[in-house]
Amino acid sequence: MKIRLIKDKVIGTGMLTFSILAVSMVLLIGIGLYWRSLPILQHHSIWELISSSTWRPLKGEFGFLSFIMGTLWVTGMSIAIAVPLCLLVAIYLSEYAPIRFKNFFLPLVNILAGIPPVIYGVWGVFFIVPLVQHYIAPSFVDFSTGFTVLSGGIVLAVMIFPLIVSIIVEVLQTIPKELKEASLSLGATKWETIKKVILKKAMPGIIAAIVLAISRAFGETIAVLMVCGNVPISPKSIFDPAYPLPALLANNFGEMMSVPLYDAALMFSAFSLFVIILIFNIISRVILQKIEVKNA
Amino acid sequence: MTQTPHISVKDLNVHIGDNHLLKNININIPDKSVTSIIGPSGCGKTTLLKSFNRLLDDIPGVNISGSVLVDGENIYNAQAEVTHIRKKMGLLAQRPFPLPMSIYDNIAYGPRIHGTKSKKELNELVQHYLQAVGLWEEVKNRLNGSATALSIGQQQRLCLARGLAVEPEIILGDESTSALDPISTKTIEDLLIKLKENYTIVLVTHILRQARRVSDYIIFVYMGQIIEFGPTEEVLLNPKEELTKEYVKGFIS
Ligand SMILES: Nc1ncnc2c1ncn2[C@@H]1O[C@H](COP(=O)(O)OP(=O)(O)OP(=O)(O)O)[C@@H](O)[C@H]1O
Ligand SMILES: [Mg+2]
Repeated sequence: MKIRLIKDKVIGTGMLTFSILAVSMVLLIGIGLYWRSLPILQHHSIWELISSSTWRPLKGEFGFLSFIMGTLWVTGMSIAIAVPLCLLVAIYLSEYAPIRFKNFFLPLVNILAGIPPVIYGVWGVFFIVPLVQHYIAPSFVDFSTGFTVLSGGIVLAVMIFPLIVSIIVEVLQTIPKELKEASLSLGATKWETIKKVILKKAMPGIIAAIVLAISRAFGETIAVLMVCGNVPISPKSIFDPAYPLPALLANNFGEMMSVPLYDAALMFSAFSLFVIILIFNIISRVILQKIEVKNA
Repeated sequence: MTQTPHISVKDLNVHIGDNHLLKNININIPDKSVTSIIGPSGCGKTTLLKSFNRLLDDIPGVNISGSVLVDGENIYNAQAEVTHIRKKMGLLAQRPFPLPMSIYDNIAYGPRIHGTKSKKELNELVQHYLQAVGLWEEVKNRLNGSATALSIGQQQRLCLARGLAVEPEIILGDESTSALDPISTKTIEDLLIKLKENYTIVLVTHILRQARRVSDYIIFVYMGQIIEFGPTEEVLLNPKEELTKEYVKGFIS
């Protein structure tokens, strides 16, 4: 009798400890990054660093705006492509597709999720970049190398596609059949039911899926590094090249460390990425909470 | 049966995959009365009920033959419009499933779909049907609140009101009180008895006392077949078939 209660206590405290540990890990990473970027923060204010787009490390000028904008553009692009597509695919798979097709297709999607990013990068370079260069860009701009925001967006979209689709299908599957029947039996069509009831009920889950995907897209490195062009200038259109923060880090880490403040600058870029993702997650948490309260 | 049938089932057979769930169903459901479907678990009561508003259509591997005539029109006809058929019947499920929206929008959902746009008309509809199920006084100050915040009994009445708001002719109930406390159950039962003046009501129930309290006719189903159909007292107190006798045995004694 006593032993059971003690076990209960021990397990309870144990889990609490590990939860706190996991959370403080995030905090520790944040503090670590900040601490390592202190040297550059002693020479320039944070605002100076993130509002300037002059990147001349050799002259001691470190402006991160182009990289931050590059990150936002490429991630935004990938979400703009992936989300509508994923929603349609997930709705089709869970509501319309014959079971056999679904059982065949879903595992395939999950295989896609397991392909290493560098392979998406190679595929992007040999397939998407020429496609953008020769077929898409000429209809909009005079000249493009194909190494653009758009190419990065497409490659990233394909990469996060399986994650979003499989989570949304999972979420749609948890909607009780009776809820669907309630709407249908009122004379609603299948599409009205999906739009007004099922998607509404599933909205928190769908948003969570997208948030997860965006967080992943923000930090994706190898693929964007290979297809975005890596030019440190803020993109003005989707046919301009971009230089996202993760690419900056991966390209330069370990090199040119002899340049003064360079390592602190890179640490600061990591810190910026960390903060962007953190802010993004907090905002989406708040939105989620609002929706959940409304739909209960 | 002196009354004209409202739902007329002819040679209905339902298969799902290799399972023969409903076998040669022939039944006339009388107009403006309460008919209860009783029978042991898994005998096909829910399946029979769902066949009346074509909710079986979407089940993978389902095969339906025969006909179900509602107001003389075969709902399984290729030309029959499924939304139109379903609109004719309100469904009250085993547990309440409020739509993920406010109390007001739950009631207004059906009318909106069928084209009612005027705010004033919707307001009247919402009030009218909430009053019809005796929920108005309880919720009139929180119409914009979430429907899931209501108690289970209130939710079930809300679902009934939601079904009534599309002006059906028929109410289908599948063990609609099984999740409710005795008082809520009584409220729903009384409502159904009141509603039968204007609606044809078909209920699935496990509770023979309830079948006796509310229904005029009883259908006894066993292993996918209709064994007996007749006025309530006859089937419950004086069954003709051996199987029915066996099933209602506990009730008579
Ligand atoms: N989607 C389905 N696929 C395959 N078999 C099904 C499906 N739905 C129901 N069945 C089977 O059909 C039979 C009848 O089911 P039904 O739900 O109509 O029974 P019921 O009389 O309503 O039972 P209960 O009183 O337990 O609700 C059962 O044997 C059930 O397993
Ligand atoms: Mg049932």
